Order: sequence, then structure tokens, then C-alpha cells
Amino acid sequence: MEEQPLQAAQEGAPRDVVPGKVGCELFGYVGIEAVLDQMRIKTMKTGFEFNIMVVGQSGLGKSTMVNTLFKSKVSCKATTPRHEERIPKTVQLQSVTHVIEEKGVKMKLTVTDTPGFGDQINNENCWDPIIKYINEQYERYLREEILISRKQKIPDTRVHSCVYFVPPTGHWLRPLDLEFMRRLSKIVNVVPVIAKADTLTLEERAEFKQRIQRDLKAHGISIYPQEDFEEDPDERILNDKIRDKIPFAVVGADQEHQVNGKRILGRKTKWGIIEVENPSHCEFPMLRDLLIRSHLQDLKDITHNMHYESYRVRRLNESNRLALSPVNGLQEKDEMESNL
Amino acid sequence: QCPASKSMGGKGCGGEQIEESCRSLSLTGHVGFDSSPDQLVNKSINQGFCFNILCIGETGIGKSTLIDTLFNTHFDDRVANHFQPNVRLKAQTYDLHESNVRLKLTIVNTVGFGDQINKEDSYQPIVDYIDAQFEAYLQEELKIKRSLYSYHDTRIHVCLYFISPTGHSLKTLDLLTMKNLDSKVNIIPVIGKADTISKTELQKFKIKLMSELVSNGVQIYQFPTDDETISKINATMNGHLPFAVVGSLEEVKVGNKMVKARQYPWGIVQVENEHHCDFVKLREMLICTNMEDLREQTHTRHYELYRRCKLEEMGFRDTGPENKPVSVQETYEAKRHEFFGELQRKEEEMRQTFVQRVKEKEAILKEAERDLQAKFEHLKRLHQEERMKLEEKRKLLEDEMIVFSKRKAATELLQAQAFASTPTVSLKKDKDRKKDPGFRLEILCFDVKNQETDQEQREREKLERERFTHREFQK
Repeated sequence: MEEQPLQAAQEGAPRDVVPGKVGCELFGYVGIEAVLDQMRIKTMKTGFEFNIMVVGQSGLGKSTMVNTLFKSKVSCKATTPRHEERIPKTVQLQSVTHVIEEKGVKMKLTVTDTPGFGDQINNENCWDPIIKYINEQYERYLREEILISRKQKIPDTRVHSCVYFVPPTGHWLRPLDLEFMRRLSKIVNVVPVIAKADTLTLEERAEFKQRIQRDLKAHGISIYPQEDFEEDPDERILNDKIRDKIPFAVVGADQEHQVNGKRILGRKTKWGIIEVENPSHCEFPMLRDLLIRSHLQDLKDITHNMHYESYRVRRLNESNRLALSPVNGLQEKDEMESNL
Repeated sequence: QCPASKSMGGKGCGGEQIEESCRSLSLTGHVGFDSSPDQLVNKSINQGFCFNILCIGETGIGKSTLIDTLFNTHFDDRVANHFQPNVRLKAQTYDLHESNVRLKLTIVNTVGFGDQINKEDSYQPIVDYIDAQFEAYLQEELKIKRSLYSYHDTRIHVCLYFISPTGHSLKTLDLLTMKNLDSKVNIIPVIGKADTISKTELQKFKIKLMSELVSNGVQIYQFPTDDETISKINATMNGHLPFAVVGSLEEVKVGNKMVKARQYPWGIVQVENEHHCDFVKLREMLICTNMEDLREQTHTRHYELYRRCKLEEMGFRDTGPENKPVSVQETYEAKRHEFFGELQRKEEEMRQTFVQRVKEKEAILKEAERDLQAKFEHLKRLHQEERMKLEEKRKLLEDEMIVFSKRKAATELLQAQAFASTPTVSLKKDKDRKKDPGFRLEILCFDVKNQETDQEQREREKLERERFTHREFQK
């Protein structure tokens, strides 16, 4: 193995030198891979946080979907008699937090619902409260991060993914859908799904999906998984497959029925039972896999590394511009501190 | 307008565990998020890990050999001499691969530690280096456009401090250095070249060392005992500190195996034999069990402390629970105004000083000018006086010359008359007569001779000639 020449530090002045990285061959087993286990143990101890937001008109099955996803009564459905809600006049956001555990892994799940979205006659700017909410979470995190004595683990309330329910018209995306997704895909991971997909036949589904994909592309809306954030070629291949199938056509159900002697989650209708977890019936398993089993960490990472960072940049630039005076201060101090 | 989310489970006590105040839900089926740790681990595998080790110890105590032995590879062949003027830090980064883990390992060595005659400043370069790494990370974190996830973390995660195997106690330099470093980095003390100490001595030495560290308030790194899976082994290891290590990459045949060992005439010291030295324990603790914890401690404890101190030093404060980033901006603006005011004041001061100096210089020059002027006047006056004196003298002389010439004319006239009347005028009479005026003339001449100008000299000569011709004539 060749070493690249090392830059020795100057006399008396220590310098952090990272010359070219030198690859080294290990003569024997060292035990470095044990660090993976260490990390695993640590993360299991601290647990995970996941925040999901569901957006869509009322009656599209958002709450049912969430319950199906997490196999528990996470959200209360709006149609239960307990709820006396009428359609609220403005979009109101409601968050519910639960702790769920599976095989020793704890997760703090927060589901944010948006009743009233798209339900008014005049739906202009109905996305504003949602955008405000998302930005508020970023702001909260930013404030925590910028403190002098900050917590060891900053509570993460930022929305990691926003599931948008598209009504199954079978035609195209509506202006409301486009507007919403256009605005929100810039600040959060948007995962569009076709709600109540049991009203579409498979061909209709495929056509609808294609039209939606074309629409999204035409309007330059980048939904999750975003193409620009991919670095790995493997990742790209994987995500391309997913992008082919987006938006997923889902059906939600929280009741179990007997099918072939097994108890399965599904919707019972006169003409058959729609099995929610059957990939040939609907694409719910794919959605679940995407959100939870394979891309959960990725969703969080993209939220943290991309969306949060761009919010931070915007915010800090904003406060810089507000407070800039025409007088010029000393350059170095400027550099360092204007970054705050 | 919209009520923000409720029930975020409250603020945290450290936030280590998930808040139990949230409703716990039971799942009716397999959801699948138990793969989250795996997802996280996979991401880390893709990104790779960073680990930075700082080795402090005297030259020749076996730092490089130990690192080579720890990671089972040859890192650097160069040996430092003992004549370094001050302590330098040398950092090298290596890419190690094992199964699917990529580790970016940085080894920082102190060159020349403990070699100088005056070791007062030995620890300072080390402290500066560690602070510089924290500073670099802080700078990155404070940037507006930052990329923390792809940042090459150079902060020191662990410091292996090599103690000389004297068998007695800690050296003052060791104490001083460790005291200055214990709040900045995780210190694991090791006894280098431990094959020079016998077993009994070693036990006593270790006890002495630990008690000295404790009594001096040096906080070394304690292996964490809060996780049940590793608490037991960590606790036992904590009792074995400092580790007595021997390093070697050479292989010696023992029994029917080749083992890493050092061969002496009196026996073979096997590196990986737990009865011989604590090398295996060190490797176990450092790499296999606690690498992640070391990284975490560095980030959450030492780095946060540094950050807090640095920001407070710069004058930023958390103004209560309602701190907004804008107020930080306000602080900054206030400071900037203050600074600018200070700058202006200083400028003004300097300007004043400058003007003052110029005035003073001017005054001095004027003074000198005046002196010169006075001198000039004085000399001029003197000159004038001299001239006047000379003028007077000349006038006198001229007057006398006029008188003389008158007398001469008169005398000539007389002589001419006398000559005309009596040709036999006795010479003597003439002489006498002449003598009288001549005498007087001569006297006059003598008088005049005192300050004889050319004119006077000519006159005299003329007179002489005339007298001579007179005599001739009289003859």
C-alpha cells in the first residue's frame, strides 16, 4: 500500500491535516464491524420518531388508511357518532401522538390530520395553514438547535412525510391537487396516493396513474422519492421502480374478515372482498413498505438534510436582511456571526 | 388560525428515552418498523464511519506500534527523533475496510512530546489542536449553507495517553496534560511498554496511578454501564484501567501457532495473551464495544461544552425560553454597532494623536528656525561692527595721509626755496631739518606701520624714494 506524502505541521502550530486518504489492508480481523451492533443497540435504546401528515378532502379514507398502516386505532374516524364535527370553516390541523413498540423497537408516531382541507366552496389558500404548520415545526427545531445550551436529543416534530389523497376521479389531477402538491413538495416529502381505489378497475387505474405522472412532470412537481437527492446508482434504480408505481392506489380497511380460512383485513362488499394486503387487489402493501419498512429512515434523512436545511437557509437569510445596516463592520466578525 | 399540534409528549429529561406520557398503542399485526434500526445502520454503512484517535506520549513509548497492532496493519514507518524544538501534531487518515464496514480512521500523533528541556508549553499545542477541530465543526454548523451529513468529522473521539512504565507514579507533565484535556476529549490512559514491569509491581502501579488521577480530579473516560448488554463487561474493564499494553507486529512461533509477540532471551511476551498484557482488553473496549459511545460522547458532551463556551464568549445568550433566532441577530447587531463605535473612537483618538504630534514637531522646528535667525542676526551685527571699526581706522589713516601729504608739500616747498637761496646748505641742516620732519615723518611712518595697508606701504616707499632723491639732489 502506498502512502501519500504527509504534510507535516508547521513549527509549533498544530494543523489539522487530512491529506489523501490512504487505504490500508488489514492483516487480520480487528472487529470494526462491531460498531454496527453498537449503533443498533444505541438506536434501539433511544427509539425513533416518525411524523406523518395526511391531507385530503373529507371522506377519502384518511383515518382508515392510517389505522391500517399502523394496525391500530391511531386516528379517530370522523364518521363515528362521537364526533360532532361539521366541516370546519378553515383547515384545522390535529396531531395525535402515540408510542408503539415492535420487537423491542420503540417508535413515537405522530399523525397530523387536516380536516377541512378542500371542503369549502372557495378553497383558495387552504394550503396555507398546512404550510404554516410545517414551517412552525421547522422553526421549533431550529430554535432548539440554535440555543447555547441545547438538549442532547432535540425533539423532532418535523413532518417527515405528507400523504396526499387524490380522489379517484379517473381523469386528471384537479387544480387544487396540483396547487397543493406544487407548493408542498418544496418543503416536505409528498407521497400522493389514489384514495378509495376500489372504484377503479385495473385499466382505469393504470391510465389514471399515467396521466397523473404526466401532469406532475409537466408542472415540475417532484414528489417523494425525489430524483435530485439521489447519489447512489443502486438507490436510483430502486427509486425508479417506485416512481413508476406512484401514486399508489390504496384501499384502507380496519375490519377483518374470513377469507379461505384466514382472517384478513379487507372491505366486504356485495361483489367480493377487497383484500387490503393483497398486492393484486391494491397497492397498500407497497405504500406500507415505502413508508415504514424500507424508506422510513430515508424520509427522515431527506427531511433533515434537505428540507430542514433549505428552511434554515431561508430563515437565516431573512433575518440577516432584516437587520442589515448600511454600515460595514469588520469582515471576519461579519463572516462568522452573520451566519447566525 | 390553526391550533398547533398538541401533546408532543413534553420536553425532555435529556430525551434519552421515548416519553412514556404518550398513549401507548398496541399493534394488532406486524407493521414492520422494527426494521428501522437496520435502515439506520444501512445508511451509516453507505456513508461510512469516522473515527479519530489521538495518541499522546513521549517519543519512543510505543504509540505507533500499538496503533499498528490494534488495527492489524502497518500505518507509518517513520520514527521521530528526540530533538524536536516543540511539540507538533501529525495527523494521518486511513481508509479501512472490514466486511461491509468502511472506516475512515485518523491517527493523530504528538511528535516531540516530553523531549524538550522546558516542557511548560508541551500540552498547549495539543489543546489547540483539539479546539481547532471543534472550531472547524462549529464553523460548519453555523454556516448558512452547510452540509453536515457529508462533513468529514475530524474531532478527536478518543485520546490514548501513554504513561511511562516507571513503576512509581505519574509524572508532573502527565498530570498537567491530562488535567488540561479531560474536559475536551475522552482520555483512556494506558501504560506503554508494559513488559518492563513485573506483575506485582504492575498491580501496585495501577492502583497508584488511579488514585493519583482521582485525587487530582482528572476525569478519564469511563466505559458506559447503562446498557445491560455491555454494562457487566464495561464495569470489569473500568477496574482494569489503565491498560498495560505491549505492541508488536512481529510473529513468533509459540507452541504450534504463530502469534504476535516480542521475543526476549528470557521469554516471549505474547501480545494477545491476557495474562501477559492488557492489549486484548484495550482492543475490545476501544473498538468492539465502545467505539460508538466514544463518538457519541465526543459529540454530545465535549463538543457541546466547547460550543457553549465559545458562543458565550462571543457574547450570545439564550434570553429565556422564548429565544428566537432573530434575537441572536439583534445581539449580533448590537455588538456590531458597539464594535463600530469602538472603531470610530479609536480612529478619532489616533487622528488626535497624529495632529498633536504634528503640532509638536512644528513648534520644535519653529524654535530651531528662530534660533538660527537670532544667530544670523548676531553674526551680522558683529560683522557690521567690525566693518565700522575698520572704516574708522581707515578714515583715520586717510586723514593722516592727507596731513602727511600736506606736510610733505609744505616741506618740499620750503626746501625748494631754501635750495634756491643757499646752494651750500649744509647737508646736516637739511638733514637736521629733514630729520625733524623726517624724524617726525619716520615716526609717522612707524605709527602708520602698525596698521599698514597697501596704500600706506606704497606711500612709505614713495616717501623713501623721495627722501633718497632729495639727498641725491642735495648732493
